[in-house]
Amino acid sequence: MTVTRLRSPLGRAVGLGSAKEGVEHWWLQRITAVALVPLGLWFVIAIIRLLGADVDDVRDWVGNPLPAILLVLLLIATFYHAALGLQVVIEDYVHAELTKLGLLVVVRLACFALAVAGIFAVVSMAVGTSS
Amino acid sequence: MRSADRPLSPHLQIYRWQLTSVLSILHRAAGAALTAGAVLLVWWLVAAASGPDAYESVTDFLGSWLGLLLLFGWSLSLFYHLCNGIRHLVWDTGHGLDLKSTYIGGWLVVAGTGVFTLIAWIAGISSWAS
Repeated sequence: MTVTRLRSPLGRAVGLGSAKEGVEHWWLQRITAVALVPLGLWFVIAIIRLLGADVDDVRDWVGNPLPAILLVLLLIATFYHAALGLQVVIEDYVHAELTKLGLLVVVRLACFALAVAGIFAVVSMAVGTSS
Repeated sequence: MRSADRPLSPHLQIYRWQLTSVLSILHRAAGAALTAGAVLLVWWLVAAASGPDAYESVTDFLGSWLGLLLLFGWSLSLFYHLCNGIRHLVWDTGHGLDLKSTYIGGWLVVAGTGVFTLIAWIAGISSWAS
């Protein structure tokens, strides 16, 4: 008796089945969550120390390598985590297909654009090219 | 009864609220609020990079009653989502999933959120006043 396998060798190797995706979403949400624990605490402390600062104080602070690097990491982790989280909220509560699709696209694009804007602002202050 | 007319579960009019479900939905609400807060962070950074005038408009807004209220909500959301997020990460390891542990963890999160928010604002006000 021959055993017929309906799944292609590639399909078996990838192992994703009809769901088309694996645990990437879940896993990246956890990775970014773990990163945001120290980054979030650092950010709160840094902001408290900066209260009352004027624009030159903020630029001087971002001009140091460590705050600049941590801010960029915070922005990446925050907006990656936000995009994944908001995606699940939309998928859970919005059932009209077109609205859901539109919101998913808007959330992805907005999170990407906001991360780029924030990173650009940090880098421009860090390398001293801002006006 | 047509399927569209059937009552939905949970029946919110007679639903008995419990700590676990309230904390669960608050985790999502706080996450959404934090995204709005992250927009504020980007606005602050871009303004600081743009110049003194743009930066002043941000600090003027944040110093207003609405700005302070948003900052308070943001800090509360941050500490709640942080504490409850750690609770979630513990669950992901397979620990603390029994009923008693979920309630102990839940009240710890509530207490932690209050204590951290209070400490942050006391430190913030004394840093701002000095």
